[in-house]
Amino acid sequence: MKNQIRQIFHSPKFKVGFVIFAALLLLTFFYPLIVTDDPLEMVGQGNFFKPGTYISVTEAVNTDPYTLNMNTSSGRMEKNLSMEERMAMADWLGQFAGLSPKEMDVTDADGLVSLWKEHYDSSSEQKGLIAARKKYFSRLDKKITGLLEDRDILLAEKNKETGELSVKETIPSTSYVNVSDVGSRRVFILGTDNFGRDVLTELVAAIKTSLKIGFIAGLIATTIGLSLGLIAGYLGGFIDDLILFITNLFTVIPSFILLILISYSIGKNARGVMMVAIIIGLTSWTWTTRSVRSQVISLRNRDHVNLSKLSGHSLFRIILTDILPYIASYVVMALILQISSGILAEAQLSMIGLGPATTTVSTLGLMMNWAMSYSAHLNGDWWAYFPVIISIALISFSLNLMNTGLDQIFNPQLRE
Amino acid sequence: MGYKKYYTNKIIWYLLTLVIAVVLNFILPRLMPGDPVSAIAARAVNGMTDSTAIQAVYEDYAEKFGINLPMSTQFAIFIKNAVRGDFGVSFSQYPRTVSNIIASSVWWTVCLQLPAILLGWILGNVLGAVSAYKKGIFDKGVLPVFLFMSNVPAFGMATVLLYVFSLKLGMAPSSGGYGFDLIPTASITFFRSVLAHYQLPFWSVVLITIGGQAIGMRSMSIYELNADYVKYSRFMGIKDRKIVGYVFRNAMLPQITGLAMSIGTMIGGALVAEIIFSYPGLGTTLLAAVKGRDYPLISACTLIITIMVLLANLIVELIYGVIDPRIKAAQQD
Repeated sequence: MKNQIRQIFHSPKFKVGFVIFAALLLLTFFYPLIVTDDPLEMVGQGNFFKPGTYISVTEAVNTDPYTLNMNTSSGRMEKNLSMEERMAMADWLGQFAGLSPKEMDVTDADGLVSLWKEHYDSSSEQKGLIAARKKYFSRLDKKITGLLEDRDILLAEKNKETGELSVKETIPSTSYVNVSDVGSRRVFILGTDNFGRDVLTELVAAIKTSLKIGFIAGLIATTIGLSLGLIAGYLGGFIDDLILFITNLFTVIPSFILLILISYSIGKNARGVMMVAIIIGLTSWTWTTRSVRSQVISLRNRDHVNLSKLSGHSLFRIILTDILPYIASYVVMALILQISSGILAEAQLSMIGLGPATTTVSTLGLMMNWAMSYSAHLNGDWWAYFPVIISIALISFSLNLMNTGLDQIFNPQLRE
Repeated sequence: MGYKKYYTNKIIWYLLTLVIAVVLNFILPRLMPGDPVSAIAARAVNGMTDSTAIQAVYEDYAEKFGINLPMSTQFAIFIKNAVRGDFGVSFSQYPRTVSNIIASSVWWTVCLQLPAILLGWILGNVLGAVSAYKKGIFDKGVLPVFLFMSNVPAFGMATVLLYVFSLKLGMAPSSGGYGFDLIPTASITFFRSVLAHYQLPFWSVVLITIGGQAIGMRSMSIYELNADYVKYSRFMGIKDRKIVGYVFRNAMLPQITGLAMSIGTMIGGALVAEIIFSYPGLGTTLLAAVKGRDYPLISACTLIITIMVLLANLIVELIYGVIDPRIKAAQQD
C-alpha cells in the first residue's frame, strides 16, 4: 500500500493534477478566512461592474490633493475617443485634408487629435458627405475641444438657510489623489455579477458547493455501482443477467434526460443542493457497475478466491478480503471520474434552469446560469462567466489528470 | 447468415429499451409528489377567491389531462397519442401544438450535432493514432492542448468562441440560427446566413470532442502497436504502412463502441451549448419549456432526444457488426 502511494506520486501526470486540485481545495478553505464577507452580499447597485478598485468619490475629493505636473489631456484622449471615432477622424483627414494613411496612426490618439485640430474646419465644403455625417464630425470636434480644455472643476456647497450655492473648493486638472489616502474602497478583482455581488468571493463559495455536489454524487454513484457490480460479477447467473440488462438500459438512455425528468418532477421546492447531488448520483452509476462487474468476473475463479470458498468463509468476507483489494484502484479511478462528471452535470442542469432552486448558496452552474440570463455573454462582461468556465475546466482537468496518472500505474501497458 | 441473427437481436434489444424509456418518460413525472397538472392548475387559479370556481378549474384540468383516469388507461392514451405524433398543446407557446414546435426545432439539432460529433470523433481518432505512431510534437504538444479543451464544458467552449469570434473579432453572428431579418426560404441569402450562424455552435462541439476521443485512440494504438502480431509482421518483412493499417483498424473497434456509449453524454452537453447561441434547436426549446413550466413540451423534448440517442446508438452498433468480422464469426458458432 505504502509502496503504491509512493509510486502514484512518481507519476508526473498525477502530480500535476493533484497540485491543481489541492490548490483549488485550499483556496476554498483559506479564502473565506481572509475575506470574511458574505459571498452572496449584494454590494453593487446595478449589474456587472468592471473588475478594479473602487474608491469613494466624496472621500477622494476631501483628501489632500497632490499637484503633479502631468499632461492629463492625453490620458483623457486615450480613454474617451473610441476606436470608431478615431477611424472616422482618420477617414475625414484622408478624404478632405489629403493626408496619406501612413501619416495617421489610430492607436496614437494624441497625434491624431493634433492633426485633426490642424486640418479640421467645419465650414469647409466636405463634398460627398450627407448632412448627418457633417453634423457628426462637428459634434466630434466639439467633443475633442472639450476634452482638450484643462478647466478647473468647482465644488459648490449649499447654504442651509438660503439654499444658495457657494464655491467651496476648486479642483485644478493637475491635482491628484493618492489611492491609499482614501479609506473607503473596495477591490473587485473579478468585478461584480448581475446582482452586484463580488464575483471572486462568490466564485470561491461556488467552487466549494460544486465540489461538495461532485463528492456526494460521486460517492452515491460509486456505492451503487460498486455494490451492483460486485453482486452481478460474483453471483453470476440470473442476477447477473438482470443487473447487466438494467445497466445496459441506463447506459443507452441518456442520463442527462433522466436528470431533467427527475429534477423537473420533484419540483422547485424540493430541489436543494443536496437533492440535486443525490439525483446526479442516482443517474450516473452505470460505468462503475460495468467496469467493476467485468473485473470481478475475471477474479471470481482465481485460486485464492476458491481457497477462501473451500475454507467456508462467508460471502461478505470473501468479497471484502479477496475481491475488493484487487479492484480498489478501479473504484478510486471511477470515483474520481464521477466527481468531475457530477460537477459538470450540475452545471448543465443549472444552465437549463433545473439546478438547485436556492438563493442562499451559489454553485458554478447557478453563477453561469445567472450570467447567461442577464446576457453577460452578449455584452462582453467576461468577468461574470470566464472565471466560472475556467474553474470547471480546471477541476475537471485536474481530476482527469489524476485519473490518467493512476491508470498508467495500474495498467503498465499504457506506460511510455 | 450470421448477420441476420446479430441484427435481429440488436433491433429487438433497442425496441425493448425504447419501450422502457417511454415508460420512464411517462411514469417518472407521475411518481413524484405534486403532479405537474395540479401545479399548472394552481397557477391558473392564482388570484381566484371563489372556491367553487377553483374546484371547477381543477376538475377541468384533471379531465383535460386525464389524471383522474387509472394509470393504465392514461398510459394507453399517452402511447396512442405519441404514436400519432400528438403531444398536446404547448402551455408557454399557446396555441401551437407541441409536435409543431418539436418539428421546427429537431432538424436544427440533428443537422448541428450529428456532423459535429462525427467530425470531432474522426479528428480525435486521427490525432490519437498520429500521436501514438509519430509521437513528438503531436503527442507532447497538440494532444495535451486538445485534452485540456475536452475538459471545458460544451457551453463553456461556446461562450469562449462567442466572445472571441463574435464580440471581439466580429467574424460570426452571435445568436440565432439565421439572420433575424430573414424568413426561412430556399434562397441563397438565407442559406448563407444559416451557414454563418452554424459555424460557432458547430466548432464548439467539435473542439471539445476531439481530446477525449484522441486519448482513447492513443491508448488503444499503443496497446496494438506492442501486440505480438505487429512484431511478427515486422519480422516477416511486411511493409510498415500495411502493418499500421492493420493496427489502426483493430484500434478503431473499441472506439466505435466508445462512440455508441458516449453519444448520450455528448448530446446532453451540446444541447446546453445551443442555449448560449440561442440556436433554434431542441436545447433552446427545452430551456424555454423549463422557464415557461411547459410540461407537455418538456416531456416531448426528452422523449424525442431519447429516441434520437437510441437511433444513433443502434446505427453505430449495426455498422460495428459489418466492420468487425468477429461478430459474424461469433454468431455462426
